Formats: sequence, structure tokens, C-alpha cells
Amino acid sequence: MMALLSLKNLQISAGEKEIIQGISLDIGEGEVHVIMGQNGSGKSTLLSALAGNPKYSVKGEAAFEGKDLLALKPHERARRGLFLAFQSPIEVPGVSLASFLRRAYAARFGDEMSAMEFDKILQAKSEAIGLTRSFFSRGINDGMSGGERKMSEILQLSVLEPRLAMLDEPDSGLDVDALERVGAAIGKIRKNGMSMIIVTHYARVLRGIKADRVHVLHAGKIAASGDGRLAQKIEEKGYGWALQ
Amino acid sequence: MKKTGNVSELYGRDAKLSAEPGEGRLNVGYRTDVKGLTEELVREISEVKGEPDWMLKKRLDSFAIFKSKPMPTWGPDLSRLDLDALTAFVRPKGKDANATKWEEVPKDIRKTFDVLGIPEAERKFLSGASAQYDSEVLYKSLRKNISELGVIFTDMDSAVKEYPELVKRYFMTRCVPAKDNKFSALHGAFWSGGSFVYVPAGVKVPQPLQIYFMMNYPGFGQMEHTLIVAEQGASVQYIEGCSAPHYTKDSLHSAVVEIFAGKGSRVRYTSIQNWSKNVYNLNTKRAIVSEDAIMEWVGGTLGSGVTMLYPCSMLVGKGARAEHLTISLAGGGQVKDTGAKVLHMAPNTSSRVVSKSICRGGGLVRYRGLLHVGKGCTGVKANVRCDSMIADKISIAETVPVIDVRSDDAVIQHEAAVGRISDDQLFYLMSRGIDENEAVSLIVRGFIEPIVKELPLEYAVEMNRLVEMEMEGAVG
Repeated sequence: MMALLSLKNLQISAGEKEIIQGISLDIGEGEVHVIMGQNGSGKSTLLSALAGNPKYSVKGEAAFEGKDLLALKPHERARRGLFLAFQSPIEVPGVSLASFLRRAYAARFGDEMSAMEFDKILQAKSEAIGLTRSFFSRGINDGMSGGERKMSEILQLSVLEPRLAMLDEPDSGLDVDALERVGAAIGKIRKNGMSMIIVTHYARVLRGIKADRVHVLHAGKIAASGDGRLAQKIEEKGYGWALQ
Repeated sequence: MKKTGNVSELYGRDAKLSAEPGEGRLNVGYRTDVKGLTEELVREISEVKGEPDWMLKKRLDSFAIFKSKPMPTWGPDLSRLDLDALTAFVRPKGKDANATKWEEVPKDIRKTFDVLGIPEAERKFLSGASAQYDSEVLYKSLRKNISELGVIFTDMDSAVKEYPELVKRYFMTRCVPAKDNKFSALHGAFWSGGSFVYVPAGVKVPQPLQIYFMMNYPGFGQMEHTLIVAEQGASVQYIEGCSAPHYTKDSLHSAVVEIFAGKGSRVRYTSIQNWSKNVYNLNTKRAIVSEDAIMEWVGGTLGSGVTMLYPCSMLVGKGARAEHLTISLAGGGQVKDTGAKVLHMAPNTSSRVVSKSICRGGGLVRYRGLLHVGKGCTGVKANVRCDSMIADKISIAETVPVIDVRSDDAVIQHEAAVGRISDDQLFYLMSRGIDENEAVSLIVRGFIEPIVKELPLEYAVEMNRLVEMEMEGAVG
């Protein structure tokens, strides 16, 4: 079977600096891959470049559903079903999350809805992950706490129903309660069989989500790969153990 | 074409079609043969309008002041503005009486409204508004309930005849005297049309009064006069939109707006300006704000080539308050020299200025503000915030704030921020499937949202649409 996302010798650089130095990886339909690694190992760069961030130059091959991903602009990648939940979501003051998401929804599914129709969808999706209405009338990430921003990303993910969700440290900067909520929300969304790449330092956000593959990124390369037990071991023993 | 002409000939005679080649969409007739700014023309205008002597005298006095004042040199370059080439007074053909029903508005003019895409809501509101077509108010039909409240809402020319005592008292006297500046003097001599609003004590006008000004003649000087008087405890909202199709000749819009906000009254003046890009838009707008009154200026300047506009609030009574909310957008070849003047001339007065400017394609936006707190004015609070957004590397945003405080305990805040449309924001929005143009327009919309949200819904929609059009292809 053809992989949903297939990377072959992918190299990513920012300016002169080469950050990812040749990664090959296949992510199958419905699979969950976890990427772990020390700070600066290139995890965020990998996801951001796959989403099309123009500040990176990318060499090698990346195919999404068999089509060349690298030729596409960020919005074209998103419309085909690629989603990046940002580690540090960007503020866009004055634009409400609801009106923004309605446009994004129309772009993704080609379905222009009235604000009222879309409100029903948004309402249902919000309730499912424990958010209230007041949440989406606010400006995009404007004046939100770290936890709220992460939940905003998860809400967007749940509304846009991508084929492949890339979650960049959905657990960073969260207190225990927020961590619980974010983890539970991702678990719920995952239930429909969405493929995921999750970047994290901790196995516990993955509670309730079964990781098919775990990869350890080190100095721009995949240093080790394994099944879900690898994440557990890294949390217990640290990266040093995995990199040996 | 004749070089000289008598304005009175314009009455009841067929006029030549003067729409520029390529402007065939608009089929309206004018006389084009009255040019130059002379004392003779001042007299003719007054005569044609059948004005009383006191108004003619005001015009002539203003003209003398206009002649004696040099062109201002402290602001944008006005050297290309040839005042002698302007036509100061035209009257659309085939019109005599003021229309009262939409159906009675000449078809050509209705069509022009269509062509210009004046929002549906505005037409709806026309039952309670006047629409100005060049110098003359063509359409006017006061809503019954407003007249019953004693509210006067009429065109300025009619007001001179029907309410001479009120006009004598307020017209270019204390608020904007002719001697204020070169263009207020010019205006005093050649003004034509505009609105007169009078709200008696205690009356709260239930809906906004709206008017649309259109300049539909090349090389024209449009100088409408708006005078709003709100007596004690009254409240009124007045909204005007301005636009002009594009002509090849430079035109001038030199309006004067005078507002008297009586004790405890509340006046909101909103204007959306979208003149074509060869219009010099040089206005004087000022309000005298009495004790405990609230004056609000809400405005967007999108069009015109050069705009100089600094609405002024004179807070003369204790506890008076002013709010100035403005959006300025400058594209290629446009200069927006805009801002606000607030004069705190009494104790416990307060003010807030929020200015949002956007420039792109080589445009220049300059915030020019004056904040003055007079001697002995205790308990004054003032807050100025001006934000600029620069879309590319060839556009310029400048801020020229003047703060002059002569009282010890005034609390003054001034914040200014200049930013670009950030790559991070663009990427974030695009990563959700939104293309680059739409992402830019969303970011810009968000930037101006604090002001747009103060507009009535239809105007907010229109404002966003206009800004979106202007920002098309702004980045990348």
C-alpha cells in the first residue's frame, strides 16, 4: 500500500544552516508516529518545513498521497489535508477564531457556509473537546494563555479534519490539568483514524493514543526508531540511552 | 468650448455631456465652461442661489482672506494643485426642485449610484437621508418622526433661507472662521451644498442621519458645508460617504464641517472617504464640545491623492470628552497626512485618539496630531494611540505628534507602533488553507477592527471590502 506521506532523503536548511540532514520515512494511512529528540535536534523544523514554511529551503523528496508536496504552497498543502498544530501559535489580533475557521473550512472542503450554519459545526466540535462559545469569538490566539492556545490548535484540527495532523509539542508549557485536557482531546480526534505525527518530549501526552512508530531525532537525522515502548523507555532513561 | 460663462445660464438649459472619454458608464450632463476663482464668480454663485446679503458678504470677506493667505507649505506638496483651473460650481442638468422620493431622483443619477455600488443599506436609509450630487442636494426626504421631534435635517443652501438666524449664529463664526486657513477661506467664498442638522434640547435622534457625497465632474472643486448643532442633552449620529469616479484632471474637495455639541449632548460624526486618486482632499473639521458632552469622530480615508485632514475637538466645558477613531490607507502615489487635534480647554476633560494607518505600493501615511492642555485645566486625561502597518519596503509611515501641556496634573499617554505584515502570521493563516491574498486581507482587517467595529454594519462591510480591494496583491 502506498504511504500517506513518504519522505526520501529530505534535507532542510534555514539560510546557510542545514538543520535536517537526510531523513527517509513512510507514514501509512491511519498511523501515529511520534518524534522525540533533544532541543535543537530539528523536530519543529521538520514539521514546519513539511507544512510549507517559506523560510526553509528543502531538498530531497516528499510525497503526500503520491503527489509532490514540495511544489505546493502552504495553503495548497492544507487544502489537501495536511495540518500543523504550532508549538507557539501565532497571534492575529482582531480576527475572530470563528470567522477565520469558517474561511479555512471553506478552503479545505470547498463548502461556503453562512456564519450561522458554520456556527453549528463549531459549537458541536467545541463541546466535544470541552470548550465554550466565548472561546471562538475571541481574536486568533490574542491574549490567550499557553493552554488556551494549545486548545485553539486542537479545535482547529478537529474542525478541519486533515488526513495527516502534525502536532508540534502539544504538551509544552502546560500544567497538569491542561495537559490532561489536551491529551484527552487529541485522543478523541484520533478515534476517527486520523494519521498523526506528534513531536513531544513526554510519553504521557500519548496516553490513550497508541503510537505505531517512535523515532528519535538527533543532529538532523533519525538516530533510532521503534514501537511505542521506545517512548516509554526514553521517558524513563533519557535520550542518552536511545542514542547509544 | 466657451471660456467664460454665466452661472445663471445653467438654469433650465441643456448642458453638454462632459464625461471624459472612457467614462461612458456615467451619463450625466454638465456645463463645463465656468472656470477660475474670481470675485465675480463669488457674486454669481450667491446670486444664483438667491442668497441674502449677509451670506454674500460672508463669501466676499472669505474671498479677500483667501486671496491674502499663502498656500500652506508645512504639509504635503500642493504645488500641482492649480486652483485657477478648477470649476467651483456646477449643477446637474434637468433638475430643479429637490426630489423627495427615490423614484423622482433622475434616472442617470440613480444609475450612477448603481455603478458606484453604493450599498443597499444606504439606499434603504435614503428615506431618512439626503444624497448630494456635486454642489446640489438632489434628494431629500426627512423621516416623519424626525421632523416631529423638531429635528432639522436639510441641505445647507436651503438652511440659509429657511433658518437664517441659526445659520448666522453658527456658520463659520466661532467654530471654523474663514480666516482659519487658506482652504477654509476658499470654502467660505465658494461653498455649495452640504448638510444642516439641528437637534433641539433633549432630543435623541433614533437612527443615524446619512448622506452620500459624489464628485462627478472633472477638474471640479467640491466644497460642501456641514453644520451640526446638538442642543443640551441631545444626541445624534451623522454619517457621510464620499466617492468620485476617476477623471484625468485633478479635482479639489475642500469641505468644512462644524459641530456644536451642547451641554451633556452626544454627537457622533462618521465619514468614509473614497475619492478617486487625483482628488486633493483638504478639509477643515472641528467641534466645539461643551460641558459633559461627548464628541466622537469615526473616519476612514481610503481614496484621494493628497489628503490633509485633522478633525479637531475643542473641549471648552468641564467634563467634555472627545474620541477620535481613524483609519488611513495610502497606496502608490497617495499621501495621507491625517490625524487629530484635541484642545483641552476646561478641567476634567478627557480624550482618546486611535489612529490606524496602512501603507503599500509606495504610499505615504503620516499621523499628525496635536494635543493641547490649557493652563489651569486640572484633571485632564488624554490617550493617543497610533499604529501603522507597512505592507512592503517602498512605503512610508511617519508620526508627527505635538503634545503641549500647560497643566501640572494632566495624565497623558502616547503610544505609537509601526509594524509589518509578519511572515509568521502569513504562514500561520496559510497553513490553514487560506491563500496569501486572503491572509493579507484578514491580517489587515484585524488591524483596523477596533475602528471598523464602531461603524454601522453596512459601513463596516463596505469598509472591509474597500480595504480588501486596496490591499489586493499588496505582498509578495
